[in-house]
Amino acid sequence: MVTLTINGRPVTTTVANDTPLLWLLRDQLELTGTKFGCGSGICGACTVLVNDEAIRACSVTVASLADAQIVTIEGLAGEGRVQQPDSLAEQVIAAWIAEQVPQCGYCAPGLIIATVALLRRTPHPSDDDIDAAITNLCRCGTYPRIRKAIHRAASALPQSSHAQSPHGTPPAP
Amino acid sequence: MSPLINLSRRAVLKGSGALILGFHLPFLPVPAAMAGSSPMAINAWLKMSSDTVAVIVARSEMGQGVFTTLPMLVAEELDVDWQTVRAEMAPLDPVYANPLLGSMKTGNGTSLASGFLPLRQAGAAARLMLMAAAARIWRVPLTELTATAGVVGHAPSDRQASYGALAGLAGRQPVPPDPPLRDPTTWTLIGRSPPRLDSPAKVIGQATFGVDVRLPNLLHAAIRHCPVLGGTLGKIDDSALKAKAKDKERSPTGYRPGVIAVVPLTNAVAVVAESWWQAQTALADIAVSWNEGANADLTSASLDSALTKALDTTDSHAIAIAVSHGDADHAIAGAARVVEAVYHQPFLAHAPLEPMSATASVTATGCTLWLPTQDQEQYAKLLPPLLGLKPSQITVNTTFLGGSFGRRLESDFGIQAALLSKAVGRPVRLVWSREEDIRHDFYRPASVSRVTVGLDAADRLIGWRHRIVAPSILARVDPGALKNGLDSAMIAGLDDQSYALPALLIDSVRRDTGVPVGFWRSGWHSNNAFSTESMIDEVAAAIGRDPGHLRRTLLTDVPRTLGVLDLVIARAHWDRPLAPVTGGRRGRGLALHQAFGSVVAEVAEVTVFDDGRLRVDRVVAVVDCGLVVHPDVVKSQIEGAILFGLSAALTGEITFDKGQVLQSNFHDAKALTLAEAPTIEVYLVESREAPSGVSDAGTPPIAPALTNAIFDATGQRLRRLPVADHDLRAQ
Repeated sequence: MVTLTINGRPVTTTVANDTPLLWLLRDQLELTGTKFGCGSGICGACTVLVNDEAIRACSVTVASLADAQIVTIEGLAGEGRVQQPDSLAEQVIAAWIAEQVPQCGYCAPGLIIATVALLRRTPHPSDDDIDAAITNLCRCGTYPRIRKAIHRAASALPQSSHAQSPHGTPPAP
Repeated sequence: MSPLINLSRRAVLKGSGALILGFHLPFLPVPAAMAGSSPMAINAWLKMSSDTVAVIVARSEMGQGVFTTLPMLVAEELDVDWQTVRAEMAPLDPVYANPLLGSMKTGNGTSLASGFLPLRQAGAAARLMLMAAAARIWRVPLTELTATAGVVGHAPSDRQASYGALAGLAGRQPVPPDPPLRDPTTWTLIGRSPPRLDSPAKVIGQATFGVDVRLPNLLHAAIRHCPVLGGTLGKIDDSALKAKAKDKERSPTGYRPGVIAVVPLTNAVAVVAESWWQAQTALADIAVSWNEGANADLTSASLDSALTKALDTTDSHAIAIAVSHGDADHAIAGAARVVEAVYHQPFLAHAPLEPMSATASVTATGCTLWLPTQDQEQYAKLLPPLLGLKPSQITVNTTFLGGSFGRRLESDFGIQAALLSKAVGRPVRLVWSREEDIRHDFYRPASVSRVTVGLDAADRLIGWRHRIVAPSILARVDPGALKNGLDSAMIAGLDDQSYALPALLIDSVRRDTGVPVGFWRSGWHSNNAFSTESMIDEVAAAIGRDPGHLRRTLLTDVPRTLGVLDLVIARAHWDRPLAPVTGGRRGRGLALHQAFGSVVAEVAEVTVFDDGRLRVDRVVAVVDCGLVVHPDVVKSQIEGAILFGLSAALTGEITFDKGQVLQSNFHDAKALTLAEAPTIEVYLVESREAPSGVSDAGTPPIAPALTNAIFDATGQRLRRLPVADHDLRAQ
């Protein structure tokens, strides 16, 4: 039995300790915005934030996350979001829509999470920064639009905020 | 907006007081099976409430944009604010058949082509019926009414009513048989790029894909197929799954906690459990013996050699001649110069990002499926004999498809889910691991093509002979379409190529291999564009002509194709040298292809570094797909089609040993990454012709454009894909 913090709420689980976080999220908690793509930590469809870092949920066990703050796409957007509102996540989501990024859309939640993590660390990333940080796969080939959307979201951010702000801190007024 | 609305025709009409507008489409006869038996045999494309208009979409949304482009056609004629439009997936029903494919099915670039007229007529008819309803209520002549932006108005009496308020009565008005359509110059949606209707749910993780279906009492299943293709299940030893003594009382099934059942299938074993991870880990603990069957010795080398050998067949019964005009053999025999090459293309996996998945609930009286599929109707044929049910007892609900590229035309995962649900008597959601997905695909067929071109003394093309050897897809999916055992479909894109060739002989040789093959984005066009567009480049090199300009001389009688070529030459700055780069060589390659009614030309620019690394810098594409309904969707589809084809051309290859697929996940079945993606420019030709296919049409030209660019950079001609198998280091 492990207690984790998911989207700001404590969750006590009875799944086996070696269960990957992904399957706790999807099957037990019905947080299906986190997608299953490869199960090997390659494709990034299951990316979530763990202590503000983008982590492949298929490749970490629930037992390893007892003290961690976990945020899924549901915690960044929509009904269950942790912050009211998370302006960075909202900018990224708005940029995804403005650039009409999604085709099948299966990679979108993981990519949006990965982008939020990138922009927290590097609010105004170069193309090289994006290449290095965004390793999620998109089989529909939306990469040119993903790049544009990341730049669009970055350009909507203030020049200096967010870079070091810990998760959970509301944006400066 | 959920695609999971189970909208039976009865529900549409009764609608629990909802304002529903249903009507016959005059050009689509009500199927005979429905006409006599049911008064509900009415077509329904629209549901209206006070603030939304739901358009029923009868094609699967797999990324290609039908949840946006098809509603646009209805909304354009209905005259409603786009903000109020929603898309809902149609249930399986004969009235939703694709007229170009003969059943409820999505593919072959037909969605817009088949919907362009009927869906506008549906919108126009609905608008007239709304006006007729208002005319009856207000007792005014129809000619005094206006209907725009979701409101019917009567100016003389200053009265207005929303479409939603009128919809109930409108649904009972006679359907206008031939509603006039708007003058295209007054269109406000078609030709523009309104926001996609499916994006908002997708970006926040609220869209329901196959793996996301939730039901009460749902169980989860994982599957392991016979590793040898075509093999079957032998014996299962599941003793390692039996509950330990301390768990016995928690485990009524006798298995360890969480595990519900071990289910044998013809060619696989599945575990049903309370969660997917329990099922997947239990699978690993089962010992299985397999009947490996006829493919146990199959290797990539043996496959390639069998296909290559068949190139030289002289058995006329093995050769399907597709096109023969002039005497190509004679022309080539007497040619001043002959250029000949053999092109080898590998088997390819589809690998959509969402692995195969399906959810089924089977009872004694029915089977309901929730799944991402391109072919709903096949389940009403395939499942009844397996489940002891009637076709009318099969219900198919289509979720969003997390990519497909042709893979979800196949029925395998849906049938498995149904059999598993029947076995355990509860709803089951089956999800394949990525390893199963890569290893048990219906692969894009490998092919070996020989192209022989004869030129006269003035370097004019006088004869072209083209043979493709490949395993047949039709032999499995539509054996009735074989002619004398021959699959003539494998010449798609060769028989209608545009070049002026005085003598032409195109034929195909079917050589089945034991590897399951199926349609992959653009079908046979991907194989045939590569061989054709590589050869044109080879001819240009042989005679010292610019490959772009050589194509121009062969297209003077085909203005549409020539226009596409000329535009790509201009937009790519084809005639300007590329900026050199230190430590590498740069090159540019062109290819064009006609498929699904569209013409697409692409120019790829590459840098080949001296250490052998390849970078694709830029791709410029020009597309003539007839009238463009949604320019941004077309551009995004072409971008995606290019990157899908590029990913395959660079590294895509499924190989075999001992009858087993050697690749298993994205580490060895690599997919293109963001860092590797070139910049892409897409230009659309203005056209008033009917819309034609886009999502498929963008893929065929990119592989030859790429290898032609590598030739331009290095002088190395790659006749065997993928590119990654070649050493591109500077000599």
